[in-house]
Amino acid sequence: MARSISTSRATVTGVVAWTVGFLVFFPILWIVILSFKAEGDAIGTPWHILTSPWITEAYVTVQERSDYFKHFMNSVVISVGSTLLGLLIAIPAAWAMAFAPGKRTKDVLMWMLSTKMMPAAGVLVPIYLIFRDFGLLDTRTGLVAVIMLVNLPIIVWMLYTYFREIPGEILEAARMDGASLREEIVYILTPMAIPGIASTLLLNIILAWNEAFWTLRLTAAKAAPLTAFIASYSSPEGLFYAKLSAASTMAIAPILVMGWFSQKQLVRGLTFGAVK
Amino acid sequence: MKLKAMLLAASSVFALALNAQAETITVATVNNGDMIRMQGLMDDFKAKHPDIDVEWVTLEENELRQRVTTDIATKGGQFDVLTIGTYEVPIWGSKGWLVSLNDLPAEYDADDLLPAIREGLTVDGNLYASPFYGESSMIMYRTDLMEKAGLTMPDAPDWSFIKEAAAKMTDKDNEVYGICLRGKAGWGENAAFLTAMSNSFGARWFDMDWRPQFDQQPWKDTLNYYLDLMNNYGPPGASNNGFNENLALFQQGKCGMWIDATVAASFVTNPKDSKVADKVGFALAPNREGIEKRANWLWAWSLAIPAGTKKADAAKTFIDWATNKDYLALVASKEGWANVPPGTRKSLYANPEYAKVPFAKMTLESMNLADPKHPTVDPVPYVGVQFVAIPEFQGIATAIGQQFSAALAGSTSADDALAAAQQIATREMKRAGYGK
Amino acid sequence: MATLHTRSMARLMISPAVLSLLVWMIIPLAMTLWFSFQQYNLLYPERTGFAGWDNFNYFVTDFRFWPAIANTLILVLGVLAITTIGGILLALLLDQPFFGQGVVRLLVLAPFFVMPTVSALVWKNMFMNPVNGLFGHIAKAFGFQGYDFLGQAPLFSIIIMVAWQWLPFATLILLTALQSLDSEQIEAAEMDGASAFERFRYIVLPHLTRALTVVVLIQTIFLLSVYAEILVTTNGGPGTASLNLPFLVYLNSIIDNDVGVGAAGGVIAIILANIVAIFLMRAIGKNLDA
Repeated sequence: MARSISTSRATVTGVVAWTVGFLVFFPILWIVILSFKAEGDAIGTPWHILTSPWITEAYVTVQERSDYFKHFMNSVVISVGSTLLGLLIAIPAAWAMAFAPGKRTKDVLMWMLSTKMMPAAGVLVPIYLIFRDFGLLDTRTGLVAVIMLVNLPIIVWMLYTYFREIPGEILEAARMDGASLREEIVYILTPMAIPGIASTLLLNIILAWNEAFWTLRLTAAKAAPLTAFIASYSSPEGLFYAKLSAASTMAIAPILVMGWFSQKQLVRGLTFGAVK
Repeated sequence: MKLKAMLLAASSVFALALNAQAETITVATVNNGDMIRMQGLMDDFKAKHPDIDVEWVTLEENELRQRVTTDIATKGGQFDVLTIGTYEVPIWGSKGWLVSLNDLPAEYDADDLLPAIREGLTVDGNLYASPFYGESSMIMYRTDLMEKAGLTMPDAPDWSFIKEAAAKMTDKDNEVYGICLRGKAGWGENAAFLTAMSNSFGARWFDMDWRPQFDQQPWKDTLNYYLDLMNNYGPPGASNNGFNENLALFQQGKCGMWIDATVAASFVTNPKDSKVADKVGFALAPNREGIEKRANWLWAWSLAIPAGTKKADAAKTFIDWATNKDYLALVASKEGWANVPPGTRKSLYANPEYAKVPFAKMTLESMNLADPKHPTVDPVPYVGVQFVAIPEFQGIATAIGQQFSAALAGSTSADDALAAAQQIATREMKRAGYGK
Repeated sequence: MATLHTRSMARLMISPAVLSLLVWMIIPLAMTLWFSFQQYNLLYPERTGFAGWDNFNYFVTDFRFWPAIANTLILVLGVLAITTIGGILLALLLDQPFFGQGVVRLLVLAPFFVMPTVSALVWKNMFMNPVNGLFGHIAKAFGFQGYDFLGQAPLFSIIIMVAWQWLPFATLILLTALQSLDSEQIEAAEMDGASAFERFRYIVLPHLTRALTVVVLIQTIFLLSVYAEILVTTNGGPGTASLNLPFLVYLNSIIDNDVGVGAAGGVIAIILANIVAIFLMRAIGKNLDA
């Protein structure tokens, strides 16, 4: 009896959960559906959209018009590069702040986070001038640096909260046993820190992949990533839903698939120290 | 003699050696159909000019404009050819930011350009940009609905006829709205439309001393007439409708009339996308009874070269290719005459083949009626029909466009919107130092 | 001894690491400050010089300034309300055992990966348009007129779009926190006759406090600088109905090409952000130390 109650309850929960999940996911599904439609059909009623012919014309057009692979590679280099560079700078700092906090550490962290709230538009011209003088316009190097800067506060904050979870007693114990600093880092800290670093890495790749201000305004033909690829399909004169949907699908798919496959790692460290 | 021949030979060898190394130019352009088509025709350019490679930066219009403005103003040097409009050319040209195109080859034939367009792109006798395609605005209307309403559209209607027709065509139960006009805020959206419309009501942006004129009666008449039309006979959500939203509505048969860019004509008559392709008529943009100026604007997407590029010669070669008569013929041979970039050359409209295109005649007439140097009834110190070619216009018109959009959405009254407009313009013009 | 060792090691590491970090962060900030006191309009390169407080004065006397501040805060609070409440409900739901739990979790996670510009375009054109959007069609199917979301409720519409993107983030963190809850505690409370609501109120919610704090903190940072969604949909309008501070900065520095005023707006935005941050730390910061 009890068993049947819990089964029926699980069924109800399942139905509700699936409905909610479907609704949340629906806008993305809708983009994918529209990408397989003719432009004229894509502006029709929902019923018309579902019943009109399914074609791949939009993808063919996008493929002919743009060099998807070039934009894709730029996106990969910029998002992965900026994240790795950010980790390189942030790991020692976060480690130091977590294990030897000063009186002002919290305030410094908070202040760092608040710089993230600076509107990008306010600094565009200064950055543009610097880029011009150093020959960084339309280069991946320049973008890696800027995107790293944009995400650095988040990287530091995530690592700091994660490192703080690592109990200091373990280090003390290791030191009692005569472990050197190198051994301490390699054998104790690193294994414990890896989940946090991994999820910081993943989250920041996602954020960098979707960054659409700097990536559009500091690039021209060579270093433009997928955000620029999308901007070449949004709102031309004339109908564009199908082509835009196809381009969007192509731009979102890689990061979505990566996110889905790595969601366990992503979630594990995404707690910002929220879970004890 | 011998020496000269030797020198010639030597220099030609040198030239060949130079040519062998292809030069790459970067072209920034808008993602509209005609430009996309140009990118598809690059084989022809490559065949004629194997020494020049072209890299494209194709972006949405606003994104591109901002991108290119930052670059040219800071001398960033990222682009060799820019796609800009009739708004930017007079401003940038007079600042010395653009390379003069007066020395394009004779076959380019600058005298063949439509006079209004050529004038709009010329500063102090220098042609600073070559028009790629041009447009005015006109009325597109449903011939079947007009007939059902028992009316006949004259070639040159006035606003009261538009109102009468809109009232008779509107059938909200069947989602047919008598008139669709731009309502989305933006200097290139509702501000452009309303500025052109205000010309036909005898209004102007500034008097000869650069004093804003939004507190004057003609502007009140303009805005009230517009609101009256749209509130009674317009589609819901009009305060977010720009060119594209209205195009989609018209193509689905939900608009009786639509006053907008002439380039829309090729979209609404294209049976592939438009449900009403065979039921569209065209007429000149309206005026108010007794006022000579009509509500039609003038715009040309044009190719220009930023001063400071080291590849000006290659850039000129490219611009010549993309905007001369041969290019029009090339597009016609591959895609048909209806897809030729319109509105730039007299010879195109003299071509009997092109005259068969249903909207050719009305497009030309609309363009000829627009006069960017004398856009208004009363004299003005500025150039531009649906814009004012000063750097401050973008900012002012964007803010004012928001006020008009709010009036259309019903969140503010027409009087308050105009009072705010007057205040916005006064404040900004004062900061910029006009009328001192 | 060990502490001393750690401390000195930390100092060694802290100097280059934290210093380089600070340098990286101070460069853009210092430049913004510098330009905020300069007269610099991109389209008038010849007019330069020290501007004093002119730029700041011009920015704050704009009639759009106070509406922008108000909208910035409403936007942040609105999205926070939806994502925290929605996130708790979703987390409670996903914590239950049911068929296909993993797949549903992936579905809920997905919006987080979508670029803001794409999401805004889709919502605006394909859902919220009163004539052609999906909501409009549904309304018409029931005999109503389509609601003009972006014209009549622009800020609310933008809140919905942004909340959609951040809901997965809140859900995931809260779900992780929920899964670490000791199930014996719940069972004990159940034995004692506590109702479902009481169990939630006195056991689950306190357990989630820390996670909620983090959600609020991190999201606030991103929400204070929302801009792409506004750019794509309403451009801050109609009027100033959906204009926020970052967008006002954008209007000044990019549409007006006034670098000085834009930078001044940037400085003001940072000051506002710091005020919010201090307030947040006062209000909920203690939860982080626990």
